Amino acid sequence: MRLVVDLNRCQGFAQCVFLAPDVFALHGEEALLFSPRFDEEQRDRVEKAAAACPVQAILVDYSDEPTRGVTGGVEPHVD
Amino acid sequence: MSTDTDTEARRQGRIVVVGASLAGLRAAETLRDQGFTGSLTMIGDEPYEPYDRPPLSKQALLGRARPEDTALPRRRDVDAAWRLGVAAEGLDRDARQVRLANGDTVSYDRLLIATGTRARPWIHPEEAALDGVFVLRTRDDSACLHRKLTSGVSRVLVIGAGFTGSEVASACRELGLEVTVAERGPAPLVGALGGVIGAAADRLQRSKGVDLRCGVSVTALEGDYGGRLRRAHLSDGTAIDAEVAVISLGAVRNTEWLAGSGVAAGPRGVACDAGCRVFDVNGIVTDDIYAAGDVARSPHPLFDYQFLSLEHWGNAVEQAEIAAHNMICAGTKRIPHLWVPMFWSSQFGINIKSVGVPPLGDQLVVTQGSLTEERFVAVYGYRGRVIAAATFDGAKWLGFYQEQIAAGAPFPPEYRTVDRRTETLQPVDPDFPDPHLPTHGPTVTLSGHSPSERRVQFVPSRA
Ligand SMILES: Cc1cc2nc3c(=O)[nH]c(=O)nc-3n(C[C@H](O)[C@H](O)[C@H](O)COP(=O)(O)OP(=O)(O)OC[C@H]3O[C@@H](n4cnc5c(N)ncnc54)[C@H](O)[C@@H]3O)c2cc1C
Ligand code: SF4
Repeated sequence: MRLVVDLNRCQGFAQCVFLAPDVFALHGEEALLFSPRFDEEQRDRVEKAAAACPVQAILVDYSDEPTRGVTGGVEPHVD
Repeated sequence: MSTDTDTEARRQGRIVVVGASLAGLRAAETLRDQGFTGSLTMIGDEPYEPYDRPPLSKQALLGRARPEDTALPRRRDVDAAWRLGVAAEGLDRDARQVRLANGDTVSYDRLLIATGTRARPWIHPEEAALDGVFVLRTRDDSACLHRKLTSGVSRVLVIGAGFTGSEVASACRELGLEVTVAERGPAPLVGALGGVIGAAADRLQRSKGVDLRCGVSVTALEGDYGGRLRRAHLSDGTAIDAEVAVISLGAVRNTEWLAGSGVAAGPRGVACDAGCRVFDVNGIVTDDIYAAGDVARSPHPLFDYQFLSLEHWGNAVEQAEIAAHNMICAGTKRIPHLWVPMFWSSQFGINIKSVGVPPLGDQLVVTQGSLTEERFVAVYGYRGRVIAAATFDGAKWLGFYQEQIAAGAPFPPEYRTVDRRTETLQPVDPDFPDPHLPTHGPTVTLSGHSPSERRVQFVPSRA
């Protein structure tokens, strides 16, 4: 699963860090580091974190559509 | 044609997006979201699906995320034909075709240019080719650099103390490596935030053990017989032994492929109007070619219609959404790109953020915290109004200043709420370097004149 946090929006409230500590971590007082890819078993936690974020900064995959019609040696996206 | 049938027609046809990264992907999603049912082709020269770059100089260098795991999440299906690993090499506006490096041509009814930027290479190609000399822009760059940094090197030289260079230096310190940063300007981040905030960044770097050398340039990189970097020579006559050099001299816009096409593209980017429609070389707006993201430059109504190039993640997302919307809308439904510029950086454990356009500032005042505490809010004024704010670990204040900027609030601010200790609010010169001198990559470039000044001129790509 792919994930990105809009760090312009993020205010370091750290709700996500409490809900999914394997995926989100604070670095210093308010700089958020996240894992851009996470395992299926983290999915519930990450979705809870995304829902709890007060500024709705967390974007999780809404689509696992394959990247079709590719020319060249592209690694397929696998979860 | 009535507006409705025009819109209906615009929802069909062929749209081609060149540059399959953040801006390209978000544009594709917006097109489909807003009812585009025609064919969509995504052309990208990197052999990867769209991925996120900011982690490449942060999590990825620290080993907390793998560069190959940075693929961007998808907001929805885009039902596109992807042509990845092949560059666009030319644009024929009469035939409405994009020519690819493998000889193929792709026809469009509307085109989005989202080719972004690449890392500015080291000036001397033979030196740039030495083993141990890196740039940082792509997934592969990040993976190679991380591998090198964790292979037992002793000293890293970072050339250029803009955001990327400073983040690399921060990661090196965290990995326990000795790092020297060489910056031509008087302080780190000076191009983006000015010398007053630069001085705070300077103290921060030194307090974390960076060997920071400002006001010097690297004049030569020296290799050993095996072609490995071993030493760098500086303009002050000193030399530094280092096995790794990271060139962080800002970005170059990927516009070469547009040479000769007649669109207003050059080293400063692709010029477009506030609705993301690209200008031709005569300053006449095209209606079928759009631009978004790092490669675009457009006049911003909030900033006196100056042309701004914004190398910011948030801008790529916002401008892509607006370009996509306007590509499939009739004239009266189009919307301008009025986004207030914003970015973040994290380095040395501090969250640095900014809103507005600091380099336009002619005055600065610290409204919260203090520069020496590495925790503050600095507000920039321009001709008596609030134009920007920058924070070190003060993100929660930015929303407030964003509103002040959008409202053109007077500067210096008279907030009763501001938490000043003893000093009164005393504006100072933010101390930006002379804009005519090159700096190490500010992330907002004021890249043109106000159209009202009648001085707009086309700069060919060789200029
Ligand atoms: C290391 C790093 C750290 C960053 N950190 C931050 C941060 O902390 N905060 C922030 O706000 N921003 C940050 N940024 C900036 C942010 O990543 C960019 O603003 C964003 O990637 C811009 O997206 P884009 O789609 O416009 O351009 P790009 O991401 O540059 O994508 C353009 C794509 O087009 C491709 N391309 C180029 N020419 C051609 C051609 N002729 N044919 C086909 N394809 C082509 C390129 O290879 C690339 O894949 C960072 C950037 C880097 C490199
Ligand atoms: S919950 Fe949201 S605002 Fe808070 S740290 Fe996480 S992403 Fe940032």
